[in-house]
Amino acid sequence: MLSRKFAITARTATLAALAALSCSTQAQVSGGSVKIGVLTDLSGTYSDLAGSGAVLATRMAIDDFIANEKPAFKIEMVTADHQNKADIASNKAREWIERENVDTVTELVTTSTALAVMKVAKEKDRIVIMNGPASTPITNEQCNDVSVHYTYDTYALANGTAKAVTTQGGKSWFFLTADYAFGQALEKDASAVVAANGGKVLGAVRHPFPGSDFSSFLLKAQSSGAQVIGLANAGADTTNAIKQAAEFGVTPKQSLAGLLMFITDVHALGLKPTQGMFLTTGFYWDRTDETRAWSKRFFDKQKKMPTMVQAGQYSSIYHYLRAVKAAGSDDTGKVMAAMKKTPINDFFAKNGQIRDDGRMVHDMYLVQVKKPADSKYPWDYYSIKATIPAAEAFQPLAQSRCPLIKK
Amino acid sequence: MNSSATSLESKLPLLFGVLFVIGLIAPFAVYPTFLMKILCYALFACAFNLLLGFAGLLSFGHAAFLGTAGYVCGLMVRDVGVTPEVGIIAGTVSAGLLGWLFGALAIKRTGIYFAMITLALAQMVFFLAIQIKETGGEDGLQGVPRGHLFGLLDLNDNIAMYYLVFAIFCFGFFVIYRTIHSPFGQILKAIRENEPRAISLGYDVNKFKLIAFIISAALAGMAGATKTLVFQLASLSDVHWHASGEVVLMTLLGGLGTILGPIVGAATIVALQTQLADSVGSWVTVIMGGIFVLCVLSFRRGMVGELQALIKRSGVN
Amino acid sequence: MEIFGISTALLGSQLLVGLINGSFYAILSLGLAIIFGLLNIINFCHGAQYMMGAFVAWIALTRFGINYWVSLIVAPLIVGALGVLIERLMLRRLYKLDHLYGLLLTFGLALIFEGIFRDRFGISGESYEVPELLSGGVNLGFMFLPIYRGWVIVASLTVCFGTWYMIERTKLGAYLRAGTENSQMVQALGINVPLLITFTYGYGVALAAFAGVLAAPIFQVNPLMGSNLIIVVFAVVVIGGMGSIMGSILTGLGLGLIEGLTRVFYPEASSVVVFVIMVIVLLVRPAGLFGKS
Repeated sequence: MLSRKFAITARTATLAALAALSCSTQAQVSGGSVKIGVLTDLSGTYSDLAGSGAVLATRMAIDDFIANEKPAFKIEMVTADHQNKADIASNKAREWIERENVDTVTELVTTSTALAVMKVAKEKDRIVIMNGPASTPITNEQCNDVSVHYTYDTYALANGTAKAVTTQGGKSWFFLTADYAFGQALEKDASAVVAANGGKVLGAVRHPFPGSDFSSFLLKAQSSGAQVIGLANAGADTTNAIKQAAEFGVTPKQSLAGLLMFITDVHALGLKPTQGMFLTTGFYWDRTDETRAWSKRFFDKQKKMPTMVQAGQYSSIYHYLRAVKAAGSDDTGKVMAAMKKTPINDFFAKNGQIRDDGRMVHDMYLVQVKKPADSKYPWDYYSIKATIPAAEAFQPLAQSRCPLIKK
Repeated sequence: MNSSATSLESKLPLLFGVLFVIGLIAPFAVYPTFLMKILCYALFACAFNLLLGFAGLLSFGHAAFLGTAGYVCGLMVRDVGVTPEVGIIAGTVSAGLLGWLFGALAIKRTGIYFAMITLALAQMVFFLAIQIKETGGEDGLQGVPRGHLFGLLDLNDNIAMYYLVFAIFCFGFFVIYRTIHSPFGQILKAIRENEPRAISLGYDVNKFKLIAFIISAALAGMAGATKTLVFQLASLSDVHWHASGEVVLMTLLGGLGTILGPIVGAATIVALQTQLADSVGSWVTVIMGGIFVLCVLSFRRGMVGELQALIKRSGVN
Repeated sequence: MEIFGISTALLGSQLLVGLINGSFYAILSLGLAIIFGLLNIINFCHGAQYMMGAFVAWIALTRFGINYWVSLIVAPLIVGALGVLIERLMLRRLYKLDHLYGLLLTFGLALIFEGIFRDRFGISGESYEVPELLSGGVNLGFMFLPIYRGWVIVASLTVCFGTWYMIERTKLGAYLRAGTENSQMVQALGINVPLLITFTYGYGVALAAFAGVLAAPIFQVNPLMGSNLIIVVFAVVVIGGMGSIMGSILTGLGLGLIEGLTRVFYPEASSVVVFVIMVIVLLVRPAGLFGKS
């Protein structure tokens, strides 16, 4: 116990000395530098949709911020691979905060890692900025006041896609669900939306997670006669299911709705099996001149077009740095206040706002995958069908189960 | 899989003493959480080694005990609200019971069949862990509070937590040491070396194997429960068969059948994983595999085993 | 018509799909059974070798334009050759030791192969198109069967029974079987036993690679495709009786069917049913269904 008190005293004394030595007001940024940690999946299932692309996006945000805003504080970045494991993520975050003065831990694809790091961050009073993870408990039951859930969540995706498909005529649904908490939550959210929009859920089949052969489950879906088969799963499960649906003649008679899909999935499968599918996304590289310009810069380094997670990472880091500059400090409370106060309007988000539950709401887009004949150039995959305004896209605050929200 | 050289046995208490002192002062020099991770896996490996190195039984599903105890402890501490030591005891007991169940089903078979049964049973535990809501499935069991030991000592302090983990490790190690050097341990050795002989001498071989299995499972559980408190979460990786494979590697690398081998093996593997995880990504798996291959081909005695052989040889000279 | 509340059409289609999966199990467990039955080695890297077979086919197609039919022959040859190297350089040293070491060596090799492929190709998986000749499907009335899946059944069964015939009914097979039981005697008779053993391991590995090529158009070709499958295949081999060739073929097919039925009535358990069966079989018939103690 004695040693720890000594260690803390020594550290405080050193910091105080450092602070006293610098004369400008930016001395309030501890140590004169802001350290951003990017904790992502660099080698596993989600490395394509987040991974090294997210690291690149962070690097771009930092470089652009320094070039445009010329801050008085230094900005550093550290990265690590959490391998989609909550224990590795938790350890890394703890180590970063305790030993390396990391000010914010970001990205965190895979909900279990996000939830684990949120707890560590709350305990140590550091900001967490999440782009990759999907589940809604992040801003509901598990919410806290040091976290920001930036790019998307299962509610927004399920709501957008299920609503659009149902109102466009896909009234009867059958779900193919990955049999674990995330898949079940996705199925539940989507079912509610289907029912609320005049559709009917004929049934669901749960497949083991992870799965590889979906033929039996698809046959069940086929025999139900539903118009739409909702894929309440992600990653390889989704892509395999889509491929096999085409093989077994399930499509095009029945249509598929991918409830959690990224442009990297479409790229991996090609347009033949995915054409006509509806999905909801927070970002499409080819939407506006602004998005095209940024995406081209990204593509030049990464050789792949950015996913919404990667674009969101850039936007969120830039927003964070702006908040640090505005607050004049990297103190968690002050920076969070600044982040929540300022709206976000950049190439990524229109009408973006961070709410008290940590949810960043912004416009989402309903897109449909193009037919192979309609695709004119590489990565020309989507046609944008509708913009879902921020106010509608995400779960309303009134329905929030977050303890921070007073009703 | 030789037992410790006799020339080393007289020096053993001294060695233990030195290691104990190192253990006491280490947290002031090295990041405590890293040390705690090593200690938990070292205990896990020692427990595994008791079964393989001394009883000659290869269990390919030991992660089931590590993980189950972790979940039980986590649930008790987080949801039922017991103090940490009760949680650890609960975890240990649950792992012991599971070990009894596994053992009863598997013990009648030997060699590779035994390994396969334990693997199959562990897969079923993995399946249950995904399905049961209480474990949190993919998200894992999160937010496990460290609490106050006996209601008094705040374990959120890393140094305090470290000493608890160290104490638990020493206790587990002591149990293993006493087991090996007891009459029970001698019979186990006899069974491992010549089972038909032991049967002909009238020993109920299966009963001895089962008891060894239960002890090994319980201690693996103790390691798992402690680990859950250190990291404040329990997850599916703890019950995945990769974890079962990892403990085999730690024991093999350190030295099968040696008393200190598993500790060395665990420390090496954990250190390697921590160091490499940041820089090389997928290559960690390749390097682990490479170590496995090297150990099996030309390093079968493991680090401690080779060291012992070296000392023996120079002693003879 | 309905049986247990499930239409016969659905039941029939699920059983057929089960048979397709069973064919994969059969051919993979056949390779394992050959290697274990004749060499007493548990080949833990069987899954990785299956994966490499699929990757060789994919690389052959995308880099060199070599089509599926050629890959069916070439991939097993290449991966089989790698198997021969492994046997010659590494496994050979372990025959005199506990079986345990063979298992651990191949486990380590599996980690190496998977790690290398993961690093090189990432984990999203690559697409492999169904060959022209086998694309499309036929309407069987109760289901629409993709021709390619039907081909999988035919190809696996042919290879499986061909292998069985070779081992149980030909002279070569007799040498193999005798060589493992009493290698000195067989060598005294002038047969090169070590060569025979090398060939056997290579053949078992080639079978895995063949299964990989068959699998490529069905599953995404990705570095983890083997490790997910291998645990199940082990269970199949154990249930069938670890040395029995026919046992592994029949158990593989049977298990595919049982899995198919489980998927109809209780889908969540379909990944675990094989282990439950394994435990039951081992308790009741310790040597496996077709094994000889």
